[in-house]
Amino acid sequence: MDWLGPEEWQAVALSLKVAVWATLVSLPLGVVTAVALARWEFPGKQLLNGLVHLPLILPPVVTGYLLLLTFGTRGPLGALLEPLGIVFAFRWTGAALAAGIMAFPLMVRAIRLSVEAVDPKLEQAASTLGASRLWVFGTVTLPLILPGVIAGAILAFAKAMGEFGATITFVSNIPGQTQTLPSAIYAFLQVPGGEASALRLVAVSVVIAMGALLASEWLSRRVAKRVAGT
Amino acid sequence: MSLSVDIRHALPGLALDVRFEAPAGITVLFGRSGAGKTTVVNAVAGLLRPDQGRISVNGRVLFDSGAGVNLPPHRRRLGYVFQEARLFPHMTVRRNLAYGQRFAPKGAGGEEMGRVVEMLGIGALLDRRPGALSGGERQRVAIGRALLAAPKLILADEPLASLDEARKAEILPYFERLRDEVAVPILYVSHAAAEVARLATSVVVLEDGRAARQGAAAEVLSDPAVTPLGVRSAGAMLEARVVRHHADGLSELQADGLTLWLPRVPQAEGTPLRVRVEAHDVMLALTRPEGISALNVLPATVREIRMGDGPGALVQLSAGPNRLLARVTRRSVEALELRPGLELFAVLKAVGVAKESVADL
Repeated sequence: MDWLGPEEWQAVALSLKVAVWATLVSLPLGVVTAVALARWEFPGKQLLNGLVHLPLILPPVVTGYLLLLTFGTRGPLGALLEPLGIVFAFRWTGAALAAGIMAFPLMVRAIRLSVEAVDPKLEQAASTLGASRLWVFGTVTLPLILPGVIAGAILAFAKAMGEFGATITFVSNIPGQTQTLPSAIYAFLQVPGGEASALRLVAVSVVIAMGALLASEWLSRRVAKRVAGT
Repeated sequence: MSLSVDIRHALPGLALDVRFEAPAGITVLFGRSGAGKTTVVNAVAGLLRPDQGRISVNGRVLFDSGAGVNLPPHRRRLGYVFQEARLFPHMTVRRNLAYGQRFAPKGAGGEEMGRVVEMLGIGALLDRRPGALSGGERQRVAIGRALLAAPKLILADEPLASLDEARKAEILPYFERLRDEVAVPILYVSHAAAEVARLATSVVVLEDGRAARQGAAAEVLSDPAVTPLGVRSAGAMLEARVVRHHADGLSELQADGLTLWLPRVPQAEGTPLRVRVEAHDVMLALTRPEGISALNVLPATVREIRMGDGPGALVQLSAGPNRLLARVTRRSVEALELRPGLELFAVLKAVGVAKESVADL
């Protein structure tokens, strides 16, 4: 990859790290949220639904600023977590948090659709055979929604790779620290003679996006076939 | 071994108030659609919570609204065979079969996988997925899966209703084997008279949410007051035995002293058979008819007459210890002056109605 300068390479690597962490950490939470919204009845369900979808509707800058207010070193949660060694402001972890929150609605929507597609009659059948609710989820529901979970994860990964507005508002644009791929492209375009670097990063973006898309297609086809039971 | 149900539940358009006992063997919940059959089975399984009542299996309380007991489905230890097999599509047949075994307590005395697979004839399917099975095969696997969970009671909710006639004929023998070879009692929902006649040890007739009648199968089915599906499908059931196959292609059967002639049946001599005689296949004559082509003419006594709403009437006859039903017109009842105690002759127009019973399959 010597055709990429060290600064460019840094941005690509950071973006991959941020997107992978954002996806992996939010995935279990996304599955639980999707199941809760699809199957459970509880007070405040509409409120939860609204909260989950908020980042999709709010301008990303607003989400970023709200994150800064909440998780900044002087924010209520930021101040609470700092003694524990968890710092988000102006760190790559903050970029991952912003990316994860921005991607969360997309992930939950994809998984929720697949949960709703699972016939509750199968879960009933499992329970009459002696499986507790947790076992039913682990052995019947989860395997059947796996294609949706994978699709949700890929969507979230793609969204996290491309997140710009909330990230730059929350953690700024520090090379090597918080300068993700979109931030780097934006920065190169601001300086004279930066077009070549920007174009190279654009090419990398296209390759990663295409790769993720193809991988998800292949993966979900495989899993869908397994689940269809033929 | 028995199931005891006593529940009340309000459904839209139906107030369910059902009380019955199901002894060992197959107890068929019989009634037209909408009579509340599935609701009763779901209440027993714990998939539905009745408003009030009590359900117990072999004395173990599954549900008691008074005492606040309501075991969740997975702690009831029942095997449920649904109308649609509900196999897990992402598991092989083998893993589907084994699913319930993991949850059965050690030493629960469940069936062995090998024996069940052999009994249901599904050995060749073990490594396939449900998607690659026919409807009949799926239902057989579903029966095996329920059985292997070491249940105290098997529930079957119209397990044949979604299958065509050929597939039904494929599955019925397995339920008969279950009835005769497995000690677990079975609660079987059906609205098909032929299934009831063939499988039932005892029958509970559900009408408009109530258990209108319950008792031994032969007794309930020959009761002219019990026609949940209308007079047209009424018919009696006789327990018979193949005596001899004759050279002219007929088989001689004995049913408690009655001799019946049927077109050659495939069973060996000595085999027990259940014979169903539909009410509209029985004619009545005051004197023994002469010069008639029907082979089965039985002396009988009128026990009870039930006038229908239309032009028809159902006449219950006793022929020795057996009960028969005849469907005649009200005009004939008056013309022949039929009344309880009258001795006459029953002409069976068709007894090509032999349904194999179990032991020989």
